[in-house]
Amino acid sequence: MPDTAMPILDVKGLKTVFRTRGGEVHAVNSVDFDLRPGELLGVVGESGSGKSVTMMSLLRLLPSPPAEMRDGTVMFDGQDLLKISAEELRKVRGSKIGFIFQDPMTSLNPVYTIGFQLAEPLRAHLGMSKAQARERSIELLQLVGIPDAERRLKDYPHQFSGGMRQRVMIAIALACDPQVLIADEPTTALDVTIQAQIIELVKELRQKLGMAIIWITHDLGVIAGIADRVMVMYAGQVVEEGPVNEIFRDPRHPYTQALLKTVPAVRGPRADKLQVIEGQPPIMYEAPAACSFRNRCQFAFDRCSQENPALAEISAPGHRAACFLLDKASTPEPEAVNG
Amino acid sequence: MAEAESADPLVKVRDLKMYFPIHAGLFRTHVGDIKAVDGISFDIMPGETLGLVGESGCGKSTVGRSILRLYDVTAGTVEINGSEIAHVDRDSLRSKRPMMQMIFQDPQASLNPRMTVASIIGEPLDEHMKLSPDERLARIYELMDWVGLNRTFAKRYPHEFSGGQRQRIGIARALALNPKFIVCDEPIAALDVSIQAQVVNLLEELQDRLNLTYLFISHDLSMVRHIADRVAVMYLGRIVEVADRETLFAEPLHPYTQALLSAVPEPDPESERNRKPIVLQGDVPSPANPPKGCNFSTRCPKVMDICRQIEPDVQDFGGGRQVACHLYSESMKTTAEPTAGEINKQKSTRRQP
Repeated sequence: MPDTAMPILDVKGLKTVFRTRGGEVHAVNSVDFDLRPGELLGVVGESGSGKSVTMMSLLRLLPSPPAEMRDGTVMFDGQDLLKISAEELRKVRGSKIGFIFQDPMTSLNPVYTIGFQLAEPLRAHLGMSKAQARERSIELLQLVGIPDAERRLKDYPHQFSGGMRQRVMIAIALACDPQVLIADEPTTALDVTIQAQIIELVKELRQKLGMAIIWITHDLGVIAGIADRVMVMYAGQVVEEGPVNEIFRDPRHPYTQALLKTVPAVRGPRADKLQVIEGQPPIMYEAPAACSFRNRCQFAFDRCSQENPALAEISAPGHRAACFLLDKASTPEPEAVNG
Repeated sequence: MAEAESADPLVKVRDLKMYFPIHAGLFRTHVGDIKAVDGISFDIMPGETLGLVGESGCGKSTVGRSILRLYDVTAGTVEINGSEIAHVDRDSLRSKRPMMQMIFQDPQASLNPRMTVASIIGEPLDEHMKLSPDERLARIYELMDWVGLNRTFAKRYPHEFSGGQRQRIGIARALALNPKFIVCDEPIAALDVSIQAQVVNLLEELQDRLNLTYLFISHDLSMVRHIADRVAVMYLGRIVEVADRETLFAEPLHPYTQALLSAVPEPDPESERNRKPIVLQGDVPSPANPPKGCNFSTRCPKVMDICRQIEPDVQDFGGGRQVACHLYSESMKTTAEPTAGEINKQKSTRRQP
């Protein structure tokens, strides 16, 4: 969706580095993106591609050291989240921007009741009284489809199943009516039938509450079903970005193309042999000076190891990719990905 | 029994039960059982891959482990390559270990961090074979070649490898003793999407080259559809449906299989928009206290009165297809024994060299 509204979140040139004993690891390298009101942005990438670190950096959730936000601006609500004081940031975290973590088993505190954990953001951010917070907690649990909400407030996390715990996490993230919800692999730890429940729930909540959502996942199927726009990350960079139909119908970056082909289908024709991306993603000990995908890319040519391609607009509006192949405009469309 | 026109099954499992006792109270009295596997039967033909799918906690890994006697099974029989496994004594079991091996889910946890690759792959050789040091090393190199590991890595430790490479070490170890049957317990679940395909292709290549038989346990339905010849679907300790791959994915009969397949999202925005998943209500009941009647009756969208009373029998639909559901009770009720007639025919048409 090209420039229809002012972005609610605008990230420019974000760089995050981890200082380790083995040297610096450049986890996020100049990431730019924005998020518009009511939009669902899907972020795809393999582990280590920097998708979680990018989102954690936005809210400065990474412990420093070893993490260091080296550069960039994160404009939200007229202020730069990377510059504001810790006190001001606290007002944003969990209230204007909600966060759902991957593992519902470890992100709830086992020694507090669900009721207490739900009431915490309500009392801290909205200044509700105990009774008000309790009332609102019951509403929230009902909203996310937990039966018998009033009684379950007294329960501890271990008394809930994985899917139910994820629902509680969503309820907590929604507690203060956030404008932005960041969901970091929210269904990865869940079974498919439970995943289907959670996805239906999020779709429903989006219609009801209209917040913007950033959904991080490695599952292209999930993204295809819910996202408006998709951002593909590789080695700490955005390699392709565009409307969901464009990305799936006409992927332009060789990595996106390969990624879409390695996943076998559950329906439709079945391939005899799986397409493979040879090699492994690199560990970024230096800021990239060349294309990070060149060693696994079968179309790589000289220029790929000399410069780092920047995201550039392609024919379709809002569709951008970082690949030198696009400059070679007349290159015949490559068919097979596996060389 | 099977129509047995060609070969006999390599693996025969009959009415396998694996209960884990629950002890409670001051005297740790036996108060109940977790019925992780509650009476399942199936066959696997030589050279075949049987996919075993189901959600977490349905008992699919327990099936894999019980078959290899990593647990002492509660009841039932397991026959692999003509020898009884489930109730033999330790010594004769040990002599049968080489023919049945396992590839584990987490390559990080299943490799000893203090052993080099060569010693990990060589350990089964030391245990079960008498080889000279030269022969041993030659065998280790051969195995490393098979799984696509560079020979120069033999002296390295597991932490120096990526997840996909570690899984290759685990596969080499499983192959060391020339097994006939390998249980692959979620071998790709811990790997990245782009690495999964590499490992699955390797498993298929090795199967062709060494004529291996796999039990491929996974929750990833799309990968199972890719690798398996036949698929068994488990729910709460029981197999609800078995069929050959094409039939199962094209036309699932059991309501649970239908829901499971419909819940898998597809990487295609167009079809995703029109996909209407059957969203199951609620969660899987506890295997310590399974519901009366059909195990799926608490979540089944097509539940009938009889489902809450009587456990459905396994019904044979011919061609190796079996379904345990009351919806199909009237139609052709034959035997409850698994059949595996057509699999071999199908097998020969698949994967031309």
